[in-house]
Amino acid sequence: MLLQRFLIRLLTMLITLFGVAVVVFVVIRIAPGDPIAMMLPPGATDADIGRLRALYGLDKTIVEQFFIWLSGVVRGDFGTSISLRQDVLGLVFNRLPATLELAIVALLMAVAIGGTTAILGARERGTAVEAGIDIASGAALSIPDFLWGLVLILLFGVLVPIFDISGRVSPQLDLPFVTQFYFFESLLRLRFDLTWDLLKHMLMPAVALALPLAAIIAQLLKQSLKEVLDLDYVVLARVKGFSETQVILREALKNAALPTLTLIGVQFTFLIGGTVIVERLFSYEGLGNMAIDAVINRDLPLIQGIVLVFALLFVLINLVVDMMYALLNPRLRHG
Amino acid sequence: MDEARIIRRRLSPRLWLAGGWLLLALLAAIFAPLVAPQDPLAQDLMLERLPPFWLDGAEPGYWLGTDSLGRDLLSRLIFGGRIAFIVAFAAAIAACVVGSTLGLIAGYFGGWADRIISRIVDIWMAFPPVLFAILLVAVLGTGLSSVILAIAIIDWTRFCRVIRAEAMGQSRMDYVENARIAGYGRIGIMLREVLPNVVPSIVALLSLEMGIAVIVEAILSFVNLSISTDDPTWGGIIAEGRLSIHQAWWVLVFPLITLILTVLSFSQFGEALKTRFDPVLR
Repeated sequence: MLLQRFLIRLLTMLITLFGVAVVVFVVIRIAPGDPIAMMLPPGATDADIGRLRALYGLDKTIVEQFFIWLSGVVRGDFGTSISLRQDVLGLVFNRLPATLELAIVALLMAVAIGGTTAILGARERGTAVEAGIDIASGAALSIPDFLWGLVLILLFGVLVPIFDISGRVSPQLDLPFVTQFYFFESLLRLRFDLTWDLLKHMLMPAVALALPLAAIIAQLLKQSLKEVLDLDYVVLARVKGFSETQVILREALKNAALPTLTLIGVQFTFLIGGTVIVERLFSYEGLGNMAIDAVINRDLPLIQGIVLVFALLFVLINLVVDMMYALLNPRLRHG
Repeated sequence: MDEARIIRRRLSPRLWLAGGWLLLALLAAIFAPLVAPQDPLAQDLMLERLPPFWLDGAEPGYWLGTDSLGRDLLSRLIFGGRIAFIVAFAAAIAACVVGSTLGLIAGYFGGWADRIISRIVDIWMAFPPVLFAILLVAVLGTGLSSVILAIAIIDWTRFCRVIRAEAMGQSRMDYVENARIAGYGRIGIMLREVLPNVVPSIVALLSLEMGIAVIVEAILSFVNLSISTDDPTWGGIIAEGRLSIHQAWWVLVFPLITLILTVLSFSQFGEALKTRFDPVLR
């Protein structure tokens, strides 16, 4: 049952990825600007342009180009970046860890902030505290990450300059890292001086990404907790003499968490989508920042590679969430 | 009625505040040439980086100060509002028409129509939206119609997903069955029976989408991919403000406040409309 579900999901995932590949390929090819003409100096002859076109395979039909590119992608060959003249997959893997670190730190913050707020709101249900939480989370939810980023830049970059507002790490530092996961590696190497520097750069973009998600978690988890708190077994725990906080943490939380867990999965893909502009805002050297440069430079192979990697990430997260839901939900487990 | 609910109810003035702000901003944008104190494009290096009116060194007539080229910030914000509102209305309506139509078809007819439309929605959801928007505008060429088209191409799925689910729920109701027995055609039922019942959701989503469109336009002009660089846009002013943040904070603060108020107002409106139309929440 579970295996069948998994295989069906895997198949739809492949169809989705194929669809993304087709859409991005078609969209890019209808672009009026000529990427080859932009690469060459103004004095280039038609013969030069023709040679370069053939080199990048741009002299073939769109359908041919698509299948040449797709067969390469399947073998792990995403082509060569036109603006950076390097292997696309290499470039993407070089930048992806920075984006993943940022997204994961942001997710953890969102869960911490949203979870705490939800528990507080459920404990103080029906009071002015709950109303305040509702208003604050409503506002946090309506303001997107881009605007939160700007607010944070003004508050903690200019008004009280305690955090860095651009880059991933201070450029003068000597980095001993072998992976691109600087933040996680600095923790493992116990180089907390570097961890602190990385965190000072990462904190504001991460908070900007985390706040809207934290608000959604706070709202949904609080709602689920309030529903569970009226059930008999919770009332029983209260009669046994547990405090309200203990009742929530020990009894209610594990039964109220499932809808929130599912939601977090879907919302995590939105959060990753948000890294594109937030990285740009904070000049953070991640995949999204590189993607915007690639679009501005009309670097077709690089754009295709980045979009496909993002899409792969999104469908993988959805697959994991779906499987987790199936495993955790007793009705589906035995169904 | 508990305390939280009383406080929530007392806050209905915020709907008036939201409406008031949107009306003010809209009127200022429409009558921009009459309202704006200065020419938004006029550069004057003698007047560069003037602070807002309450600070030392401010000049009368330049209420919110000037940017690094000496252009009046308030006038640029007022003219930028024109672009913002045009994009908000046009893009949201376009996304709404496409998304609601497809959602209605998928939800009411089901079967193959639903399978194909849902698959396309899945593909669309696998794109990072901001990157998709930037890519589309780069491909379509910068300009007002490209920005509107790009937002509509990306955001129709927001309408499609919600309306599909609602239409699916509605088409299982007794009244639809009765209409079928009464001899109405399927398209007739869809348009005359199902559509009116999903209109409240469409209207609420439309208001939310206008706020989203304003933000996407700001993001596009922030990365310098919206309309021609001469015309002032909120995102363009923010990009300038981000660069001169240590010399002239006001160039970032005022467009940011404008954007936040506008987005909050649109979402408040959407929420209020949803509650008003929903008999359970009301």
